[in-house]
Amino acid sequence: MRAFADLLDRLSLTASRNTKLALMVGYLAETPDPDRGWALAALTGELSFDAAKPAFIRKAAEARMDPQLFRWSYDYVGDLAETVALVWEAKPGANREPQLSEVIDALTSASRSEVQRLIETWLDALDPTARWALLKLMTGGLRVGVSARLAKQALAQLGGVEVAEIEEVWHGLSAPYGDLFAWLEGRSDRPSAVSPGRFRPVMLAQAIDEAVDFPRLDPAAYVAEWKWDGIRIQAVNEGGVRRLYSRTGDDISKTFPDMVEALDFEGVIDGELLVVRDGALASFGDLQQRLNRKTVDAKLIQTYPAAIRAYDLLAEGAEDLRHLPFLERRERLEALVARLGSGRIDLSPLQPFETWEGLADLRSDPPEGDAQLAEGVMLKRADSIYEAGRPKGPWFKWKRDPHLIDAVLMYAQRGHGKRSSFYSDYTFGVWTTDALGQRSLTPVGKAYFGFTDEELKQIDKFVRDNTVERFGPVRSVRAEPHFGLVLEVAFEGLQRSTRHKSGVAMRFPRVHRLRWDKSPGEADELTTLQRMLD
Amino acid sequence: MIRPEALLRPTPAGLYCPPGDFYIDPVRPVDRAVITHGHADHARAGHGTVLATPQTLAIMAERYGADFTGVEQAGAYGEAVVRDGVEVTLVPAGHVLGSAQAVVRWQGLTCVVSGDYKRRRDPTCPGFEPVPCDVFITEATFGLPVFRHPPAEQEIARLLRSVAQFPDRTHLVGAYALGKAQRVIALLREAGWDRPIFVHGALERLNRLYEAHGVALGPLAPATSTTKGDFASEIVIAPPSALQDRWSRRFADPVTAFASGWMRVRARPARGAASCR
Repeated sequence: MRAFADLLDRLSLTASRNTKLALMVGYLAETPDPDRGWALAALTGELSFDAAKPAFIRKAAEARMDPQLFRWSYDYVGDLAETVALVWEAKPGANREPQLSEVIDALTSASRSEVQRLIETWLDALDPTARWALLKLMTGGLRVGVSARLAKQALAQLGGVEVAEIEEVWHGLSAPYGDLFAWLEGRSDRPSAVSPGRFRPVMLAQAIDEAVDFPRLDPAAYVAEWKWDGIRIQAVNEGGVRRLYSRTGDDISKTFPDMVEALDFEGVIDGELLVVRDGALASFGDLQQRLNRKTVDAKLIQTYPAAIRAYDLLAEGAEDLRHLPFLERRERLEALVARLGSGRIDLSPLQPFETWEGLADLRSDPPEGDAQLAEGVMLKRADSIYEAGRPKGPWFKWKRDPHLIDAVLMYAQRGHGKRSSFYSDYTFGVWTTDALGQRSLTPVGKAYFGFTDEELKQIDKFVRDNTVERFGPVRSVRAEPHFGLVLEVAFEGLQRSTRHKSGVAMRFPRVHRLRWDKSPGEADELTTLQRMLD
Repeated sequence: MIRPEALLRPTPAGLYCPPGDFYIDPVRPVDRAVITHGHADHARAGHGTVLATPQTLAIMAERYGADFTGVEQAGAYGEAVVRDGVEVTLVPAGHVLGSAQAVVRWQGLTCVVSGDYKRRRDPTCPGFEPVPCDVFITEATFGLPVFRHPPAEQEIARLLRSVAQFPDRTHLVGAYALGKAQRVIALLREAGWDRPIFVHGALERLNRLYEAHGVALGPLAPATSTTKGDFASEIVIAPPSALQDRWSRRFADPVTAFASGWMRVRARPARGAASCR
């Protein structure tokens, strides 16, 4: 328990991804089985226990101390696990500290009343950090800023393998992962990846560098299709096991039960999850209504019906197709989608082109219909095998040029971590004119990247030199028609929003250029943005 | 026996003693004040007369200027001062240099006003002395049971382990200018750290004052950008407000720590982006 508690403690106190990785790799290398396997399961969110409900923990704490003092403490700390960890009186020498695996065994197999008795004896034996770790483990949700993906990266580093290899076998494994560690430490072969319904690591595209790549690439060797603006998914139906995965291998089947029901094929499809209403593609904003939900109701499914636009076929029946060239897989995919005849799964059509110039025209001026909502185009070598990761060369993405507007810096907020001494988060606005002809700025978005370190220093200095008011970590800065800082802001798309005063919400806004040369009075009007909506 | 309220009662200006006509740590300017210690939430400028320990008077003069009060009245530890028949004795509180409990005696009644105090050892000031009394008026800053502080020596050892583990980085410790900073320095010296410790300019005057009052702090140097490269492998002490500001950009990939009892609660260091407590 001690090593696990130290790990959680240090993970919770650093925001740096690399430090978190190093901490996890160190822990996994030094901790014996099965403890490290249980820790891994806890970090990847694979554990849940029923016996230790928060209400019980609270009652146990209140029984041991003045309940009013407990309530004040809870109010002050704001987190139950942490409050109990801090206020619990340790009984040194009363018990020995439990091993992590001992705790897990008891939580999974002992009766509820037995577990409750055990919890109290554990809390007596542990120090505050270990009590906190134990309570977090039992009540779920560690909240130490580690995603399942990051934990898998730590495993990859530990074993000196690609993270894709971990993902490939991950869904066939279960805690405490003895076979996984044996493989990563060279003590045995790779665990079998054959488990029905498992995730296949996804192949990703490089962003194209127009100046460098086009002159050396042969247009005849590539095919093109639209880059659809949804979320990349993998749909699996194998031996009766149906799963929908995100591109990082998270199982999102529960969020899209309607889609899972429509997976009437045997195989693995790589595609884009979209909202399609009456045969027409809806905006990304509609899809967002369905993302990250634990439960879904019939109304939501009906209002935002999900569909898959298929890009690729990775397996058909029991046959793995990933070693075949793209065009062969494509033929198999077309045949499968045709046989399926489903309104919920269609093909992402290939876009014929002769020259790069021709493709450029298509990209900048897509035909009426769904293509108008595409993010750009994808280029795939006709002979490319399906290779996990982001290999250089076979696939490229060529996004549409972003929208650009000139906006005025209105507020700046301090950053975090390395940027905590800089004002690095910027709220920017555009002009509106009221009935009396008075112009004023309305905030339309927030950007916190897109600039160089040197530019960050310049903006930081501007903010400090031109502060009008301070609100905690936020400063409002001078933004007048003849004095202020104009930011050229790039963004991917625009949606109506009732939550923003301006009535619009930008997708993926970032600072494109600093326009020291422009005066704020020349920045854009809100009407310019409103026209983009229509 | 007389009722305690007859001797000490709360008023908007602070805790007031009617028979002695004085206030203890008043929040507004008053004629006669007894000040327990030099922190700004207890010691304010502008009173007519101030009774405090000589060290506290020196701290107030350093912070507010020599004219911080009309009349200074020094009360050494354990020395009774009588005001209109009320006896006031200042007794060590163990909080910071000069900190005292105010022991107030009148007509057989003894009230102790603790001021800020701690019962643990502190190399920079005499330890807390319990005084038998009828009424004890206590500060409750860390009164909630969520604050069970680990031994200070243990936290200093953690800091030194981190310095050994990350020799290419600066260890930046946030500590309040009066008391905590000098306590951290003195504890580092006790733990064997004899290299120069680099300090933010805001700490220099109080460090000198501590040394003048017999608290040895060892070699100190200003943490200015010209003194020594990027301060890799060094320990730098600064007021917490400086840690997040431009001042801190001069340091090599700093590891930031806070020497504060408030850091016991996990949500706080997370908010302050400090990487160890």
